Amino acid sequence: MSHHKVEARNLHFSYPDGHEALKDVSFTIFHGESVGIIGVNGAGKSTILMLLMGILFPDSGDVLVGDVHLTKKTLPMIRQRLGMVFQNPDDQLFMTNVYDDVAFGPRNYKIDEKEVESRVMNALDLVGISDLKDRAPFRLSGGEKRAASIACVLSMQPDVLIMDEPTLALDPKARRRVIGLLNSFEHTKIITSHDLDLVLETCQRVIVVKNGRIAADGATSEILTDRELLDSCGLELPLSIQNCPVCGKSKINIE
Amino acid sequence: MTNLANALYNIRLLDDLAKKNTPIHALHPLVKLLTTVIYLAVVMSFGRYEISKLLPFIFFPLVVALLAELPLMPIVHRLLMVLPLIIGIGILNPIIDNQTITILGVDFSRGWLTFFSLFIKCIVSVSAGIILIATTGMNRLAVAMRMLKIPKIFVLQLLLTYRYITVLMEEFLTMTQAYSLRAPNQNGISKNNWGSFAGQLILRTFDRAERVYQAMLLRGFTMEYHVGMIEKANINDFAYFTGWSLFFVIAKNYNLPLFLESLITGVVK
Repeated sequence: MSHHKVEARNLHFSYPDGHEALKDVSFTIFHGESVGIIGVNGAGKSTILMLLMGILFPDSGDVLVGDVHLTKKTLPMIRQRLGMVFQNPDDQLFMTNVYDDVAFGPRNYKIDEKEVESRVMNALDLVGISDLKDRAPFRLSGGEKRAASIACVLSMQPDVLIMDEPTLALDPKARRRVIGLLNSFEHTKIITSHDLDLVLETCQRVIVVKNGRIAADGATSEILTDRELLDSCGLELPLSIQNCPVCGKSKINIE
Repeated sequence: MTNLANALYNIRLLDDLAKKNTPIHALHPLVKLLTTVIYLAVVMSFGRYEISKLLPFIFFPLVVALLAELPLMPIVHRLLMVLPLIIGIGILNPIIDNQTITILGVDFSRGWLTFFSLFIKCIVSVSAGIILIATTGMNRLAVAMRMLKIPKIFVLQLLLTYRYITVLMEEFLTMTQAYSLRAPNQNGISKNNWGSFAGQLILRTFDRAERVYQAMLLRGFTMEYHVGMIEKANINDFAYFTGWSLFFVIAKNYNLPLFLESLITGVVK
C-alpha cells in the first residue's frame, strides 16, 4: 500500500529572517500508521507539517506522497489526499454556517452537490455535530469548533489526516472526545502535540524533533517512557505514567 | 466593550435572516438581484423635484420586507447609520436653492423639496440593498453576480472583504480587551497609542487572513467560490420579476399619487 506513504527526504528549511528551522529531516510514514511528532516550542514541528502540506517549500530535500513528488503542479492532487486540521479552528472556519464550511472542500473539487451533501452529513455524523450544521461557526464552543474543523477535513475523504495540536484549549471531556474520535479513524495520522498523553493514547510511533533535527524516531511505548531522552529534548514523561502525585510510587518500571 | 462584542455577534444578522423560509427567500437570487438593480436605476432616474412620483416606490422595500417576514428594527437601525451621510449631503439644499414654492397652501423653499427627494431616494435604495442581502445571503448573491458574468475577481473580492470584517473585528476586540485591562482609568485608547495600535491591528489581521487563506488553499480553493446548488428559476420568479418591473415602469411614467387623488376626489364628487 505505498500510495498512502508520506516521505520526507533530507528536508532543509530556513525562514526569510534567516532562522534555520529544519536541518536534514527525513522520515517515512506508512499506510495506516499513527505518528506523533513532538518537541519543544520552536523545535520545528509546525514547519514540518507546513512542508508536508506544501504551504511552505523546502530549501532542499523532497516531500513525497505515495510516489508523487510535492511540487506546485502536484499540489492540488496531494492536498486532496492529505487533510490538515489547523491549530486554531477559527483559522479554518470561515463560511457563514457549519454546513457550508464542511462543504467548502468537496465543492472546490467540483463534486456533484448530492455527493457533497452525503459527504458533509457523514463527516458531521462522524464527529457528532450534525445538529449544528446550520449554526454560524464563530458562535460554537471550543470543542464544537474543533469537531467542525475535523469534519471540514473528513469531508474531503483524505488518505492521511494531519493535525496540529488537536486538543489545544479543550476542556477534559472535549479532549477525551477528540481522542476517541482520532482512535476511531483508520486513516494514516500525523499528529503534533505537547499533550504527550494524547500522543501516548493515539499514536503507535513517535518522532521527536529537537532544534530542527530528528532526535529520535521509534515506537511510542519506548520513546515516551525514555525519561533521559525526553529530558534531553526539553520534554518530560507523559503525566499518566509519571509517579503517583500522592504516594510517589512509580507507575512503570523504567528505573 | 460589550457594544463591540455585541456588534460582532450581530454582524452576521443579515446572513441569519437570509436562512428564513419565506416565498421571497425561495426566489432565484438572480431574479432578486435584477429586480433590485432595476428598482435602483428607476429610483435614481427621478429629477430633483419629482417627490410625488417617487412616493409609490416606497412600496417595493415595504412589501418585500413584509412578505419576507424581516424584523423592522434591525433594518431601521442600519438605515440610521446612513442618515448622517444623507443629512450631510442634503442639508445645504434648502439654503442654496431658496426659491419659494407653494404646496397645499404652505410656502416652502424649493431646497426642501430636493432635500426630501434625496432623503427618500437614499432611504429606499439602502433599504432595498439591505433587504436584498437579508433575503438572499451574500453567497447566493455572489452566484447571481457570476451568472451576470461579473468577473470572478470582483465577486471574490466582495466576498472576502465581507469575511474579513469579522477577522478585523475579532482582532480589534481582543486587542481592546487586552488594552483596557491594563489601562483601567482610560476612556478608550489614548491617542499616544493610536499609531502602534493601528499598526499592530493591521499586521495581526494580515497574519490571520493569511492563515485563513492557507486553510482555503488546503481545501482546494482555486479562486472560484462554490456555494452549492442553485435551483432553476420557475414561474414564481418570472412573476416576481415582471410584476415589479411593470410596477416600476408604470410608477415612473404615470404620477400614481396624483391619479389616486383624482380618482378619490372624482368618486367624492
